[in-house]
Amino acid sequence: MRKTLVTTLAMLLAGSTAAFADASDGKVKIGILNDQSGVYADFGGKFSFEAALMAVEDFGGKVLDVPVEVVTADHQNKPDIASNIARQWYDTEQVDSIMELTTSSVALAVQAISKEKKKIDIVTGAATTELTGKQCSPYGFHWAYDTYSLAVGTGGALVKQGGDSWFFLTADYAFGYSLEENTANFVKENGGTVVGAVRHPLATTDFSSFLLQAQSSGAKVIGLANAGLDTSNAIKQAAEFGIVQGGQRLAALLFTLAEVHGLGLEAAQGLTLTEGFYWNRDEESVKFGKRFMERTGKMPNMVHAGTYSAVLQYLKAIEKAGSDDADAVSKALHEMPVNDVFAQNGTVAPNGRMIHDMYLLEVKKPDEVKEPWDYFKVLATIPGKEAFIDPAKSGCELVKS
Amino acid sequence: MTMIFGIPLQAFLGQLLIGLINGSFYALLSLGLAIIFGLLRVINFAHGAQYMLGAFMAWLLLAHLGVGYWPALILAPLAVGLVGAAIERTMLRRLYTLDPLYGLLFTFGLALTVEGTFRYFYGASGQPYATPALLAGGTNLGFMFLPVYRGWVIVFSLIVCLGTWLIIEKTKLGSYLRAATENPVLVQSFGINVPFLLTLTYGLGAALAALAGVLAAPIYQVSPLMGSNIIIVVFAVVVVGGMGSIMGAIVTGYLLGIAEGLTKVFYPEASNIVIFVIMAIVLLIRPAGLFGRDA
Repeated sequence: MRKTLVTTLAMLLAGSTAAFADASDGKVKIGILNDQSGVYADFGGKFSFEAALMAVEDFGGKVLDVPVEVVTADHQNKPDIASNIARQWYDTEQVDSIMELTTSSVALAVQAISKEKKKIDIVTGAATTELTGKQCSPYGFHWAYDTYSLAVGTGGALVKQGGDSWFFLTADYAFGYSLEENTANFVKENGGTVVGAVRHPLATTDFSSFLLQAQSSGAKVIGLANAGLDTSNAIKQAAEFGIVQGGQRLAALLFTLAEVHGLGLEAAQGLTLTEGFYWNRDEESVKFGKRFMERTGKMPNMVHAGTYSAVLQYLKAIEKAGSDDADAVSKALHEMPVNDVFAQNGTVAPNGRMIHDMYLLEVKKPDEVKEPWDYFKVLATIPGKEAFIDPAKSGCELVKS
Repeated sequence: MTMIFGIPLQAFLGQLLIGLINGSFYALLSLGLAIIFGLLRVINFAHGAQYMLGAFMAWLLLAHLGVGYWPALILAPLAVGLVGAAIERTMLRRLYTLDPLYGLLFTFGLALTVEGTFRYFYGASGQPYATPALLAGGTNLGFMFLPVYRGWVIVFSLIVCLGTWLIIEKTKLGSYLRAATENPVLVQSFGINVPFLLTLTYGLGAALAALAGVLAAPIYQVSPLMGSNIIIVVFAVVVVGGMGSIMGAIVTGYLLGIAEGLTKVFYPEASNIVIFVIMAIVLLIRPAGLFGRDA
């Protein structure tokens, strides 16, 4: 009997602290949740955490006179682990918002929890358009890029440059299919054709067999609808089989500066890809890049710069709203333009999509590189309006038509 | 054009050759596993990590000391072999008297530790390693474009596999090794240092894995995860070949490489499970494996 009493008392006590925390807990706490040990550890990883810290420092370390704290955890690309951490953060550790969220399945799971708990989440690492489509949330934001914008960039713009016949090497799971489908649509819309596709299992080490099929297809562009190590291995082996030298073009549909660095220019040269950020874009981005480099030993890709931008904008929104209450902050986030090192005149659509310019990039040849990490040529800038789905057609119920 | 099963003969030959290249890696790796299991009765789960270490050693030698591919082909296996020997001497040895499961758990833990450490320092997306200049480029064989380096992998791995087999089956040292596994007490009584033989064996197995790693470096990304990607397949190869059968491991390695290569043409989606399907069928029909003797 006494035990039950004590337990009840403890539960009541725990409940009440949680309730107090919601109102005002004397600090703003941001959680960076992503993959820090698996295949995306370089894509976002602990470097995104560093970017978040930089944003807090640049903001002054305080908002509304209370300190800002950033915590981080590794979700190992598993939605169940991520959900547990998110619940724990929200329920017992007074975390006010969760950001980064690499891996689509994780991002969708955590966005659902955030919606239920009325907390802000800003996704920079995951790709799926579902986040601002059918599964959109009034408290959810999608910041850096998505599968649609990658497809517009690499699929659409490349066709205009003459790459009008495509062969796809596609990872055999939902992400690969949606990337292939999105891109194929843009290729066809722009007057190109898809001559074939081959599906390879996730975590394939040897791509030579698939590459031979792509080579003999005669397509002008070989689209790599996969991610991480799969893409790296495919590109490396394509170089070995002389595919780019043979006149075919390789287009990686999800590939960033971090992976190009890992691969080396010898193998990656000539590759086309789309990113939402390039550090060597202008003076401001170079300055940011160098600061990031000093702290992490590498230049930022769009996930890192995007996380910086998301944290900064979140703090600006709290200041504007005069409160860290999720409803007020969300309203401010939707209203404010985004102007920082990542985005110029970015806007946040009613479905939570941050609309900004994307860049179609080509990897330079080793002898064209003038300084370390100077890997890309900007082939085209894709205006935000073209790069992202029209919010009215996104399928998100928050958009009033 | 001549057709085989609905695909052009040329494409068929190309895929056959590619299967053989992958088979070379399977054969080299399963050979080391089979030797260690055959002589030490240890299921060496650290084999993938040792393969990864070989590739990383080659990369480290190049990146920090400027030592190229050819010296690395000798130095990396030597270094990993020594590390393997040290591990056997100081740790693995204590587990011989226990259930084989402990050896498996120990090597598994070792693999996770090593991979985790490398991932922490070098990241997951890996490091580039260029093909050595002598073997760069390729030749047109008429039915496919064969990178010279891949041709080298086939030839070199065949030589190493056959050489190892000859040492174990045909030399005096090999006969000691085989005798020591049959009856260690008797062999020791002839004045042969059995514990030393076992250390040597584990070191040799680890060195073989590292050698495969160096061979793989110019083809795959040198990544901390590269070992765990391939090790499961290699275990399947050893099971199909028959645990402990050295020739079985070699032949099965090449055969399964070819089977996998052909699956990539006919039904690519199944290419990563075909080896396991074959394993299941072999286990049903011949539980001891294709080349194994019934215990």
